Amino acid sequence: MNTLLKNIIRFAFFILVQVYVLDKIYLHRMVTPYIYFLFILWLPFRMGRTMVMFIAFFLGITMDSFRHHPGFHTAACVLIAYLRPFLINLLIPQEGADTNYEEPSFKSMGGMLPYLIYTGVLTLFHHAWLFLLEAWQFGNIWYFLVKTLLSTAISLLLIVITELLFAREQKFRTNTV
Amino acid sequence: MRNIYFFIRKYFNFIFFLTLQVFSLYLIAHYSKYHNAIFSSTANEITGWVNTRYNKIEYYFRLKQTNDSLVSANERLLNKLKADYRLPDTSVSSSLEALPLDSLEGFRKYSYLSAKVVANSVSAQNNFIVLARGYGQQVREGMGIIAPNSGIVGIVTLVDKDYSLVMSLLHKDSHVSGKLLNGGETGTLSWDGRVPNIVTLSGIPKSAKVAKGDTIISSGFSTSFPRGMLIGFVDEVIAEKSTNNFLIRLRSAANFYNLEFVYAIGNKEAGEINSLLDKAKKQGQ
Repeated sequence: MNTLLKNIIRFAFFILVQVYVLDKIYLHRMVTPYIYFLFILWLPFRMGRTMVMFIAFFLGITMDSFRHHPGFHTAACVLIAYLRPFLINLLIPQEGADTNYEEPSFKSMGGMLPYLIYTGVLTLFHHAWLFLLEAWQFGNIWYFLVKTLLSTAISLLLIVITELLFAREQKFRTNTV
Repeated sequence: MRNIYFFIRKYFNFIFFLTLQVFSLYLIAHYSKYHNAIFSSTANEITGWVNTRYNKIEYYFRLKQTNDSLVSANERLLNKLKADYRLPDTSVSSSLEALPLDSLEGFRKYSYLSAKVVANSVSAQNNFIVLARGYGQQVREGMGIIAPNSGIVGIVTLVDKDYSLVMSLLHKDSHVSGKLLNGGETGTLSWDGRVPNIVTLSGIPKSAKVAKGDTIISSGFSTSFPRGMLIGFVDEVIAEKSTNNFLIRLRSAANFYNLEFVYAIGNKEAGEINSLLDKAKKQGQ
């Protein structure tokens, strides 16, 4: 399928799942799981950093307009979009793996562990920045710390389940290098 | 000049990142009901539309609860009917004939409008509720919102053509004044951002007699709510060490988890009172 079309469908899907499924579940006041930012993690390798940040900005502001107070998700999404290339460069296994595959996944990152580090770190940054901005108004550091760690754990669990349920086919493209 | 150009080119991504972050932080800090960005009105119309579509589905699953709450609201109202009371016969007075047909309408101060909730949240730190009733259907900014059991829900902060946005009690900036039903002491309600359905009442002096289970009602000092609307029931009374006040935690009467229908309260005198307050402010400057 066309990459653009695929990503537009993903965008709408992630936003709807986040707003109408995850936000409706009240697990615990310390745990608010987020999954919509997986859209940013799944963007193609070859997409430029400026473009990724721009898309992340748009994703964040869409999410915010459902919450009626813009800024929080926008800031968190832009942050992980900026950090994403650093992590990919650190974790990618061999020369040219990012050109052989289209987008980050278990297979293209060279196994479960590097991919989990990739998602784990970005999830942590997203949640920490989001909850820090939210907690700023209330000023309670312990609440912020516990909420960040617990929510990160649950979000990661959700991400792994999503990855296993919706296995994305990753074609190995040898002749691109 | 060339160096500046190269610098910008080299660090373009970082500068772009900083710009976007600063812009988001600006939005967080400066967004209030007075600073509506241009997109906000359009965004509200769009999200309102999506929310209405979704709500149509979700509504079916809550029909039973909604029905129950409406039946109990009806029951309470039926009990207030004049026909239920034996009134003394006052019709002998001849002056009655000169009165207009509905003699009470001229004295009406509050009117109630029903509205459907299309979006609601309790899990965020600042929660909003969206109603499918807007400017075109008589909703105005500053109206109070109550649940069918007359528990206070919030205050209208933003009105569009067909939708309006309500700042729920579960919001950092929400400050409704509450009053002890027994003693009559008034304080300010706020939310600490933690547990939904639990709000805090502060400013009640330690001389007041408060016990667990006491009722808190609205004071009627604001133009949003008439006196005597339910706010909640005392859950825990904490004596503040540094001040002479109690900090009272209360369970809200309105259940924020399953709001389906609410009533907006219009105050006929709100305009007059607000213009008086504005005048007083201008004179003070």
